[in-house]
Amino acid sequence: MTRPQHLKSRTQHIRATWGKRCNIILYMSSEKSDFPTIRLNVSEGRSQLYWKTIRAFQHIHTHHLDDADWFLKADDDTFVVVENLRYGLSKHNTEEPLYFGRRFMPFVAQGYMSGGAGYVLSKEALRRFVKGFADGFCTHNTENEDIGLGHCMQTMKVQMGDSRDVLGRQTFHPYPPDYYLPRQTPRSRPWYLIYEHYPPVEGPGCCSDLAISFHYIDAVQMHVLQYYTYHLRPHGYKYRFNPDGRSDNI
Amino acid sequence: MSEGSSFMKGMILGGIFCLVISLFETFNSGTHSEGHEHLHHHLKPLSKDELQKLSLSQMSDLALQVQVYCLIMVTPRLLLHWATANDTWSKHCDKSVFYTSESSKALEAFDLQEQDEWVRIRKAIKHAYENAGDLRWFFLARPTTFAIIENLKYLVLDKDPSQPFYIGHTEKSGELDYVEYDSGIVLSYEAMRRLIEMFKDEDKCPERGHALWKMPEEKQLATCLKYSGVFAENGEDAQGKSLFNKKSVSTLISDSMGQNPADVVEACCSDMAITFGGMNPSQIQVLMYGVYRLRPYGHDFQDSLTFLPPKDSDND
Repeated sequence: MTRPQHLKSRTQHIRATWGKRCNIILYMSSEKSDFPTIRLNVSEGRSQLYWKTIRAFQHIHTHHLDDADWFLKADDDTFVVVENLRYGLSKHNTEEPLYFGRRFMPFVAQGYMSGGAGYVLSKEALRRFVKGFADGFCTHNTENEDIGLGHCMQTMKVQMGDSRDVLGRQTFHPYPPDYYLPRQTPRSRPWYLIYEHYPPVEGPGCCSDLAISFHYIDAVQMHVLQYYTYHLRPHGYKYRFNPDGRSDNI
Repeated sequence: MSEGSSFMKGMILGGIFCLVISLFETFNSGTHSEGHEHLHHHLKPLSKDELQKLSLSQMSDLALQVQVYCLIMVTPRLLLHWATANDTWSKHCDKSVFYTSESSKALEAFDLQEQDEWVRIRKAIKHAYENAGDLRWFFLARPTTFAIIENLKYLVLDKDPSQPFYIGHTEKSGELDYVEYDSGIVLSYEAMRRLIEMFKDEDKCPERGHALWKMPEEKQLATCLKYSGVFAENGEDAQGKSLFNKKSVSTLISDSMGQNPADVVEACCSDMAITFGGMNPSQIQVLMYGVYRLRPYGHDFQDSLTFLPPKDSDND
C-alpha cells in the first residue's frame, strides 16, 4: 500500500528488493502511474486507510482471484522475506477461511492482525471479505484498516492463524528488529508489546530465523535487511534451526 | 616592537621549514631500497572450484588447522561494547581472551594493568602467543569491531600460518602500508613470533616512544612488523571487495545508495565480509541475528567447509 509521494523515497526500494520475489506485486495508490501503480478510488491519509484496503482487496478479487493462492497486504515500509512466507503457508489450505499475521488482542474479540507487520489472506478469506461488504455484513466502521479488517474476518467466520514457528517464535514483526532482539533484563511489557496476543519474548527468542516481515523499515534499512537475508552469511556455518526435523543443533 | 616582529619572522621561517621538510618526505615515498619489495598485496580466499578439488580429509585437516585465537582489547570505558562482543561474535573464536587496561567488576578479563594501548597490545600479543596451544591464527580487535570468524577462516584456509601473514584493511601512510586497527588485524603464528622477537629491539620497535606526538598503535605495529619482514596485505573477495570494514553496514549501504542506486547491495559489500565497525550494541545484536540466523527458507549452500555453532549460545 503506497502513495504518489512515497514512490521515490520508499516504494522504489521495495521494487528493487523483495517486490521481485512475489509472484505478482501490485502497488496500490490513489493515482495511476508508470511505476506502475494502480489507482484506487480513494484519497490519501490515515482516515482513508480502511477504504483504501477495502478497495484494494475488491480490486484483487475482481482481477486476480485466480492468479494466486494467498494474498499479502504490506505497507511501503514493510520488509518481507517472501520465501519464508511461502514456507509458513505451505502446510495450509487456501480454500479454508484463514488469515495470518502478528496477532493482537484488543478491540476485536478474536483479535486482529497488525496492519504494519503485514497480513495474508487465504483465497476463501478474500472471498468472504469481499462478500461481507457486498452483502452488508461488513461495513466501514473504523479508520484503522487492521482493526476493521479483523472485525470483518470475525463476522465472516475467518479463523485467526498462528504464524509462529515450531519453537514459538514470531515471524511477522510490527517494528524493526532492533526493538525485539537486544537482550533486556526482565521487565513489564514495553508499549510496543502491549497489544500482543501471545506472550511476548524479548531478546533472541523474539524472532524466528525464518522471519517473514519487519515494519517501519526505511530505505537504507530495506537494503540492509536485503543484505543480511540474501547475501551476508558465515560460510560453512551449520545453522542451528532446522524446522524440517533434520538434525537440530540446539 | 622589534622583539615581536623578529619572533614572528622566526615563527614564519620555522613554519616554512617544517612544511618543506614534510613535503620532501611525501614526494620521497616512491623510492624503495630493497629487492624483496612489498607490493600492495591482495589476499583472497580459495575459489569454490579450488575448494572442490580438495579431498574430504584434506578439507577436515584444513578446518582444524585454521583455528583462531581472538585478542579483544577492552577498557571499562567500552563496557557496553565489551559485553556485547562477549555475548556475540567472540563466541565463534576457538579461543577468545579479553585484555583490559584495568579490571571491571562486571566482566571477566585478563587484566594488563596498563593505560597505554600500545603497551597493552604488546603484552596481549606475548600472552596470546605463549597460550596459543594448537591455535595458529590470531585476530586482534577492539570490541567496537564485529567479526564473522567463519569468513576469516575461509580467507586464511589455504594460507600456511608458519609463514608470516598480516592481513586486514590496508592503508598507506607515506612509505608505510599498515592494517587499520578499527577493522581488525589478522596475524599468523609466524608473524606473531617475529613480532615478539622485534619487541626486544627498543630502537626499531620501542615500547614507549619518545616522540613529541605518538604514532597510532596500528602504525607502530606495522613498523615493527615491517622491520621483521612482514608486510600488510589487504583481505578481499574474488571480486576485489574489501572483507574488512571499519564502517557500519548502514553507512556502507547508504554510501552505495548514493554511488550505485541500481545495484545497492551487490555493489556494496561482500557476501563473505569479515568485519564491520562503528556499530552500537543494539545494531551489533541485530547484525548477529542477520549473520547467523535470518535467512530465506530453501536457499541451501553446498559449502565445502563445515563450522558448527558454539555450545551454550542462544543468539546464533
